[in-house]
Amino acid sequence: MSATTKDTAVSDAARDAASARSTSTGSPSRRRRRPRPRWWLYVVLTLGLVAMVMPFVWMLLGSFKTTAEIRQYPTNFWPIEPTIDNYTQLFGRLDFATFFTNSIIVAVFVTLGNIVFSSMVGYALAKLEFRGKKVLFVLVLGTLMVPGVVTFVPLFVLTANLGLVNSYPGMILPFLITPLGVFLMRQFMLSLPDDIIEAARIDGAGEWRTFLSVIMPLCGPAVATLTILTFLGSWNNFLWPLVVATSEDKYTLPVALALYSVGQNAAQYGLMMAGAVVVVVPVLLIFVVLQRYFVQGIALTGIK
Amino acid sequence: MATLAPQAPARARASRRSRHATLVAWGFAAPFLILFLVFMAGPIVASLMMSFTDLTTRDLQTPFNVNFVGFENYAELFADPRFVRSLLNTAVFVIVGVPLTMALALAVALALNTGIAKFRTVFRVGYYAPVVTSIVAIAIVWRFILQPDGLLNGFLGWFGIAGPGWLQSTTWALPSLILMAVWRNIGTLMVIFLAGLQGVPKEHHEAAMVDGANAFQRFGNITIPAMRPTLLFAAVITGIGFLQFFEEPFVMTRGGPLDATLSAAMYTFNQFGFGNYSYASAASYVLFLAIVALSLIQFRLLGKKD
Repeated sequence: MSATTKDTAVSDAARDAASARSTSTGSPSRRRRRPRPRWWLYVVLTLGLVAMVMPFVWMLLGSFKTTAEIRQYPTNFWPIEPTIDNYTQLFGRLDFATFFTNSIIVAVFVTLGNIVFSSMVGYALAKLEFRGKKVLFVLVLGTLMVPGVVTFVPLFVLTANLGLVNSYPGMILPFLITPLGVFLMRQFMLSLPDDIIEAARIDGAGEWRTFLSVIMPLCGPAVATLTILTFLGSWNNFLWPLVVATSEDKYTLPVALALYSVGQNAAQYGLMMAGAVVVVVPVLLIFVVLQRYFVQGIALTGIK
Repeated sequence: MATLAPQAPARARASRRSRHATLVAWGFAAPFLILFLVFMAGPIVASLMMSFTDLTTRDLQTPFNVNFVGFENYAELFADPRFVRSLLNTAVFVIVGVPLTMALALAVALALNTGIAKFRTVFRVGYYAPVVTSIVAIAIVWRFILQPDGLLNGFLGWFGIAGPGWLQSTTWALPSLILMAVWRNIGTLMVIFLAGLQGVPKEHHEAAMVDGANAFQRFGNITIPAMRPTLLFAAVITGIGFLQFFEEPFVMTRGGPLDATLSAAMYTFNQFGFGNYSYASAASYVLFLAIVALSLIQFRLLGKKD
């Protein structure tokens, strides 16, 4: 793959994908003849970029302002008397440390579950021949279209009957598998050559051995993408934790933020901005570092 | 599992082997399948069944001790002006939001694909950043931006425009939420479109250029037709996402003012909160059918072969 500065955005994306996947199936990037960059494109894109990142900048600056300062009209852009009061209040009075921990616990288990279960069923769907394979795949794909709200009433009844309301298992179990994860692992495993499986079989490895020692080590890029997408999905998940977490000690960050933002704290702009920073900035940092995997995951699955 | 010599013993051996293979494969699928049946397929079916019953909170411990009421919940739904209003709001959100998001994302993707070499990663990261962030947190920030004395009106003030109290206005609340959703979803489609633009054969563009076609003609006659599958895919997933419109009104307006931003998903959630479980299930199935219908329409409009 070329790494000259001349290649296009698309071949850039292709290179990201190719370097992330050990076995690239894409054709080698052909040099495209492009018109020279036009200055006005940069201007328009930069204006758009400012519009895109402005809410984040505003959030970050706002989190260091006092409520009085935010309420001033016209508002200051930069905090005049920067303060970290909002953060001390957040972690002191509102206990965001607990919500942060809850979010981490739920996201870690959800991510682990998705890696294990999606890889297993993905292997079966990609590399094994068996009766019922088509039915299983159609079932998985079909579920992708069903909106979350359709399942949540029976899911709540089920969770209540299992006595799992307001518990970690109640928050984790329904998300241990996602159709998207299965789809992603299957697609990736399809691209692995059958020869290596044949070779493993000739060497006398059983299916489990082949799966664990031959296939999984090659799935690094897919597992990375899946990890990022599920961790992120879980971190940002709102509707289900909102329903299941009924006491403050089980709130996840988005739930806490949403519920506090409509209560008596709602008028405390700075405090709410700081809360938003605590929810957003960790994933934003992860994203900036690992952005090529995000882009690849989106391109591979098309679903956020 | 083709047997070269179709003799009886060989066939028996082959079928034994395929039975074994099937067993092993289902072994791999089993943990997923159990969770899938309990937490996905089961609830999907149960929800449909519930929507024909009168299940409420009091039946929670004995969910099967309820009455079958046929289509009563559905009839009641469509007789409720608030539900109809929520459907209309959702429809406006989809009809305005989806094309707007697609058009802007396509413009950004085209710009990034046309001769922007420097800072490409910066642009990509910037435009994609809203996608990865919690919608709840973002909604809170936007709520402050859209305050009567907020950032947006401050900006408009530079041009001598006195902006409304966006979220307090029955006229502007829904457009405000659409604006925010468009902002949030551009990144996803931009990446999909960038991948799709890769599939447009450059030979066609070169031939058209030789024939003297200008950029707009090439865009309309070459890029768009070649991108059709990508556009369809983008329209379907964006449509599905926008129909489930929930977090924005939940955090920013609670469906108000005067139900101006009440969405179907929000209505469903409220009914669930009141303990009207079967009624909420029926509402969720109406939403599901709307999603299926929208997807079919999109397939019809965009999926036809040239």
